[in-house]
Amino acid sequence: MDLSAIDPLVLLASLMVAATPIMLAGIGELVVEKSGVLNLGVEGMMITGAICGFAIAVETGSPALGFLAAAAGGAVLALVFGILTQFLLSNQVATGLALTLFGLGLSALIGQSYIGIKPPHFDPLDIPLLKDLPVLGPVLFRHDVIVYLALGLVVAVWWFLNRSRAGLVLRAIGENHDAAHALGYKVMRMRMLAIVFGGALAGLGGAYISLVRVPQWTEGMTAGAGWIALALVVFASWRPLRLALGAWLFGGITVLQLNLQAAGVAIPIQYLSMSPYIATILVLAFLSSRSGRAALDAPASLGKPFHASS
Amino acid sequence: MTMKRRTVLAGLAGTTAAAALGMPALAGKGKVKAGYIYVGPVGDGGWSYQHDQGRKAVEAAYGDKVETSYVESVPEGADAERVMTQMALSGHDIIFATSFGYMDAVQNVAKKFPNVKFEHATGYKRAPNVATYSSRFYEGRAVIGTIAGMVTRSNKIGYIASYPIPEVIRGINSAFIHARKKNPDVEFKIVWVFTWFDPSKEADAAKALIEQGCDVIMQHTDSTAPMAIAEKAGITAFGQASDMRAFGPNAQATAIIDNWAPYYVDRVGKVLGGTWKSEDTWGGIASGMVAFAPFNENLPAEVKAAARKMIDDIKSGAYHPFTGPLNKQDGTPWLKPGEVADDGTLLGMNFYVEGIEGTIPS
Repeated sequence: MDLSAIDPLVLLASLMVAATPIMLAGIGELVVEKSGVLNLGVEGMMITGAICGFAIAVETGSPALGFLAAAAGGAVLALVFGILTQFLLSNQVATGLALTLFGLGLSALIGQSYIGIKPPHFDPLDIPLLKDLPVLGPVLFRHDVIVYLALGLVVAVWWFLNRSRAGLVLRAIGENHDAAHALGYKVMRMRMLAIVFGGALAGLGGAYISLVRVPQWTEGMTAGAGWIALALVVFASWRPLRLALGAWLFGGITVLQLNLQAAGVAIPIQYLSMSPYIATILVLAFLSSRSGRAALDAPASLGKPFHASS
Repeated sequence: MTMKRRTVLAGLAGTTAAAALGMPALAGKGKVKAGYIYVGPVGDGGWSYQHDQGRKAVEAAYGDKVETSYVESVPEGADAERVMTQMALSGHDIIFATSFGYMDAVQNVAKKFPNVKFEHATGYKRAPNVATYSSRFYEGRAVIGTIAGMVTRSNKIGYIASYPIPEVIRGINSAFIHARKKNPDVEFKIVWVFTWFDPSKEADAAKALIEQGCDVIMQHTDSTAPMAIAEKAGITAFGQASDMRAFGPNAQATAIIDNWAPYYVDRVGKVLGGTWKSEDTWGGIASGMVAFAPFNENLPAEVKAAARKMIDDIKSGAYHPFTGPLNKQDGTPWLKPGEVADDGTLLGMNFYVEGIEGTIPS
């Protein structure tokens, strides 16, 4: 055992990177669910974003354009989900699952010719002064722009939901779409916007995996990150700041246990690996009881279909 | 998982229709239908990709006389049982289950379909209609261990391991023994990721190992992510199951290639000829099941020569990678000088050899 081999600063820095994809996808899904829509297709949107971002970054040589394309790809897929569930009133759970399967297949198809290709290098930001700070510099200020974008989006979503009028309307729709409709709010429009936003962020999260974290394209490379993002939203009980903490916890446990193992520490790996899921199951169990549901603030109309005639 | 399941379902529907129309089942084997289930996507660039190359070789070899289908990304467990049941129901004559964790699922489905032949890769449970096959990957590990011991400068070699099953432990031991032979100061840092395919996690594991000073990375997982990370970090790595040079043109010293094609062609041929029977096949370098990617040009000549000699010695039978004297991790003697490990011990290997630090997770 050699704990000195683990540099805590490097560890914290890689934790920030490991948390970014699920933080992006999670915060997007949080907004979707706050509007009362349950989109289980996060995994499919992430993987579609991963290949769209990868393909465009390779073709244009610009990672920035790649990320834009990833957001667009995720958003288009989400739009399909939105049209199906909001206008054609298909079942949200089934449609979401189908979206995941569709996304996995579609990405494999698009990705055929991108296997074994290296994406253009995506450099960390060069932040003068701050990056040279002791301790904080390496941990916080030597990352790429997407890491900060994810954090910024968490804060922006928190502000939007809790401090803005539009956010209040969105939450009202998520709590009781009939009442919100009666008050004259555009339930469908708000939900479609939320769904597209969620898709774009899931796409960004996927592209972060294919362009930065792994950097390469491999079929099925998100390997369940979308499901973790979904669990994260529940774990965070639909609160943005708690979601950021959860992302660091979920991502952090993975990175930490890998580092501990590499340092030769005998740890029960299985327990550490399953701990985020156990936490989520506990939250879900708590949530399923009536008092728990109220305590955790699950949007009351979550997953329920809405039609203006009802 | 997504596209091909439909084919299976369509096949299933077809069979049902045929049964409903009262068409008799064909007794002879004029045409063989072979099904494959993979644990990862066929595009993983590693394990599953290589099995799929074998499937394509079968199609190429027999043309119209064979029909193949596959289902990818099938989780080990209940899902595998369901997929194989669908395949058996849809008229497949032989089903190849290509991951260790499908073992019990294969046994269960095989009991229900005694007329369907099953082939389970890397497992040890057989039945009258279940054959097992595997490859002596540890022979390949002896070669890459030799290279790793010679090229490391930090004397720290990182090993990304999947599950603590005998096959993986055998690989670690073989690589370690031969790295130590070339370099007595070498130490192994082993990380268990408990997955066969998760590029993000494999990449994170590679990063953790590199951050802790490893300058050579070996993997026993299926994705090409560790190779990409090694390339980025400018260190050495080894392709796993397939030639991963495209992902690490400078990093990949060589790759252990699983060459399943001759075996699959042979087995499907036996089904066609009606001579198939349940047996256990464990091929290695000599039988061509274990092959290597070309050595990287950036390897020093003496490293290439040592690796080539190791390959030749194993191939000719002059050398067995597990030859004594060898002790177990706790210092108890395992093999006497000159003694060679028997296949039974190797197949059930659940201990590290002396010199490896750490414990095998249970």
